[in-house]
Amino acid sequence: MEVKEKKPNEAKQAVLKRIAGPVVTAVNLDAHMYDVVRVGKEALMGEVINIQGDNTIIQVYEDTSGIRPGEPVTNTGLSLAVELGPGLLTSIYDGIQRPLSVLVDKMGNFIERGVSAPGLSHEKKWGFKPLVKAGDKVEAGAILGEVQETNIVHKVMLPPNAKAGVVKTIKTGDFTVDETICILEDGREYPMIQRWPVRVPRPVSEKKNPTIPLITGQRILDGLFPIAKGGTAAIPGPFGSGKTVTQQQLAKWSDAEIVVYIGCGERGNEMTEVLTEFPHLEDPKSGKPLMERTVLIANTSNMPVAAREASVYTGITIAEYFRDMGYDVSLMADSTSRWAEAMREISSRLEEMPGEEGYPAYLAARLSEFYERAGLVETLNGASGSVSVIGAVSPPGGDFSEPVTQNTLRIVKVFWALDAKLSQRRHFPAINWLNSYSLYLEALHDYYDKEVSPDWNKIRSWAMEVLQKEAELQEIVQLVGSDALPEAEQVTIEVARMIREIFLQQNAYDSVDTFCDMKKQYDMMKAIKLFAELAYAAQVAGVSPTQINAVKSKGELPQIKFIKDYKPELAKIEKQMDAEFNTLRSAA
Amino acid sequence: MKEYRTISKIAGPLVFVEKTEPIAYGELVNIVLADGTTKRGQVLDTSDELVVVQIFETTTGIGKDSGVRFTGETIKMPVGREMLGRILSGGGKPIDGGPEIVPEKRLDITGAAINPYARGMPADFIQTGISTIDGTNTLVRGQKLPIFSGAGLPHNNVALQIARQAKVPGSTEGFAVVFAAMGITKEEANYFMADFERTGALEHAVVFLNLADDPAVERIITPRLALTTAEYLAFELGMHVLVILTDMTNYCEALRQIGAAREEVPGRRGYPGYMYTDLASLYERAGMIKGLKGSVTQIPILTMPGDDITHPIPDLTGYITEGQIVVNRDLHRKGIYPPINVLPSLSRLMNLGIGPGKTRDDHKKVSDQMYAGYAEGNDLRGLVAIVGKDALSERDRLLLEFAEHFENKFVRQGYDEDRTIADTLNIGWDLLSTLPVEQLTRIDRDLINKYHPKLKSGVKKE
Repeated sequence: MEVKEKKPNEAKQAVLKRIAGPVVTAVNLDAHMYDVVRVGKEALMGEVINIQGDNTIIQVYEDTSGIRPGEPVTNTGLSLAVELGPGLLTSIYDGIQRPLSVLVDKMGNFIERGVSAPGLSHEKKWGFKPLVKAGDKVEAGAILGEVQETNIVHKVMLPPNAKAGVVKTIKTGDFTVDETICILEDGREYPMIQRWPVRVPRPVSEKKNPTIPLITGQRILDGLFPIAKGGTAAIPGPFGSGKTVTQQQLAKWSDAEIVVYIGCGERGNEMTEVLTEFPHLEDPKSGKPLMERTVLIANTSNMPVAAREASVYTGITIAEYFRDMGYDVSLMADSTSRWAEAMREISSRLEEMPGEEGYPAYLAARLSEFYERAGLVETLNGASGSVSVIGAVSPPGGDFSEPVTQNTLRIVKVFWALDAKLSQRRHFPAINWLNSYSLYLEALHDYYDKEVSPDWNKIRSWAMEVLQKEAELQEIVQLVGSDALPEAEQVTIEVARMIREIFLQQNAYDSVDTFCDMKKQYDMMKAIKLFAELAYAAQVAGVSPTQINAVKSKGELPQIKFIKDYKPELAKIEKQMDAEFNTLRSAA
Repeated sequence: MKEYRTISKIAGPLVFVEKTEPIAYGELVNIVLADGTTKRGQVLDTSDELVVVQIFETTTGIGKDSGVRFTGETIKMPVGREMLGRILSGGGKPIDGGPEIVPEKRLDITGAAINPYARGMPADFIQTGISTIDGTNTLVRGQKLPIFSGAGLPHNNVALQIARQAKVPGSTEGFAVVFAAMGITKEEANYFMADFERTGALEHAVVFLNLADDPAVERIITPRLALTTAEYLAFELGMHVLVILTDMTNYCEALRQIGAAREEVPGRRGYPGYMYTDLASLYERAGMIKGLKGSVTQIPILTMPGDDITHPIPDLTGYITEGQIVVNRDLHRKGIYPPINVLPSLSRLMNLGIGPGKTRDDHKKVSDQMYAGYAEGNDLRGLVAIVGKDALSERDRLLLEFAEHFENKFVRQGYDEDRTIADTLNIGWDLLSTLPVEQLTRIDRDLINKYHPKLKSGVKKE
């Protein structure tokens, strides 16, 4: 290890030379890249981002007003790291893992500066139950024991960079995160807490290809454009198109075991909404409050920009930690554009040569490094865990050709294109079914065959075909009106309308419709397909489109969305549909 | 206090001072001219060799012989209860002929971010009396809801009507209006003042005026002074404060001007790359705090250059604010007031402020259904222009008519017409009842039976 302790007798104390917003310059600082330093008399937290001769350039995570040249700077010699251990769940952190609730106690309702607060409580005692015994050989990442953290069992592991050893003593009982719970034969002592530098991915044994979908309960996502567990997805869209609502729906309903939600440079009131709502919402699987499986990171748009840059790394490191325990984790980052803008802002203060639209030239590299930390893995301890990453993108003016969207699309496998036009007509979720895609369809094919229905994959393709056909027909309708279309195609238009209004539209604010399981999705789509088949048959038999459109049971179908125990009602409607078409056909 | 005479360069609003003692970042600076007048500025960049000061007024008269005094503190503003009813300049000095403000407190104008954990959830419905806002884009206490407008559109009237009519039904708590004008003309300012006086709103208001011929750079601090005042009234005196900021476009122009003077790498259309963060530091100063009584609600007004909603100013604003109210030129040409186009308008907090106990159980679904109908009807107008009305199906004809009715009955209302939320929703039902019932796919049966004018006919009319 390098000598990093302060050298008291050294001639020159490191001092500040220049302050310009969140970027400051220090001289005489013995530092390495990404070391965490303490800046000024108030010891504000900062990180080394550039070294030029005698000058060290530091980004500061707090407001720098009032700091003067000549104030001292000290190097902690450590990289920016997060504290990992029991106590993470239900927490809400700022971008550098300071718990916001602790900050309220320490500095009131507004974020002041110069206050440090550890990420985990170092006083609270957790009941630790060992899973290894004296004499067991343990390797890096091995599970030593567990703690019932919330309804989630927190696995306490040997740090991933630890050398293998043999357990000498393992304790049972209530401990703080700092107390030793395990001593190895060679004398090494381990507490429950681990520290891990946020900019370094946590190691795994093997990365695998995803094969299981992340069920989100959102029909357009699960049904048409699924994401796999361990996959990556981007949701780009102009403002007001529903990025945040979609992200929150995913945080609420996706069937991951752990959810990490990063509010990166977004609205304060939105974070409050999440904070107020989540404790009252139930996880559809466990029936426990959703908050118990959630870690929130909130660095709102008016909080320091450098901490915003760090927030994304803080979040993914926490996600990886839970993955290492063998959990399926989903991470939502809202919005990665704000993260990119933070990079741009810091970069321009460094007077670096800008790339496209003023973004730094390393934008693409940073984005791909981040998304590459997602994945389905075999952990060091042999378990299977995953991190799925869903990043919102906020393209200026809704223009998808801008650098952040484009660089993101090159990496992610699923693209959910939000469309302002759809949101304007209150078609929610406003995801455009023609532009969106998922590259996991092949990988998930078998799962759907087995778990949903052998004909689901076919029905899905059928629905996509109808929607595609509708788009073509709409072009003609725009020119000549719908009555000028051949009758069969008028039926197609009607069927497509049903797919859009019944299947694709989903009301996030309705207590039933907000979550729709795969079975119900299948039944709904099947009912629409039934209608389509009956309608085409009737049309061939000479029934007019107007008569088909007037079928009563068709008007009843949308109500299915809002009924929890929908099956009897759906059976009734299908029966009625059959009967009505029978009457029509025999009359024709 | 030490006075330096070491100005080495003056460029636009920036003054470069050499050979100083260590000067703090963000410090307030007074520059003393030869004739004794002083100009104020703020430190933008500080190092042991050079200090860059941004002047809030014109740099006219500043020369190498001017004295520079560093005050040792960041910009603070005196605030007090007696500010209500006062008119101040864009720099915070009284310009109504009254006495100086006697400060109860001096507050830092940059303001600190509210800890998201301490924020209270906005939930109180504000009735503005305007159907297109209350019915379809509801404003909630603690929200920031901008008006996106264009040059020559009546956004000022809309803002004034909101300021005049806004109330929380059933609430009698203290309220105040903080009005900050940035770069508006004297004529516009007079119009606002006359309306405030006509309606007696001035006694509950604090007005900050930076007019078109006032220094552009002063516009950078005007909204900060206004918001500091608003936060004081809200979180220390427990009032519900409505802040109107107009015109944010002028603010952004000033920001660009300073960025250019500092020779920064520009972002889109020459605006600085940090404009998002800068705007957020204003807009995010809205909200409520758990355990405190007051609230800050913001209505920033901006004129979209060339009516282009993708221009950086409305674009970045839209990404920060909780929705937007879009004033539309076509509606204005048709003579419809208020010319609010609901389609691109949005209130993100609407769902928190509506529903049973707040407005009415049918509110959300009526709103959604009207949106869907109007959007479809509006699209059909293009088609009608090509194929004529006769080529439309019956369904389409009804939708087309619905769009017409929607504009004429729901959107259109008088400048002094103050509709209750029940009025607004009932107009909505009257319009929806022109469509076949089975087309109301977004409303559940129970609500249709309860409110639909044709289906509830058995029920005795109240």
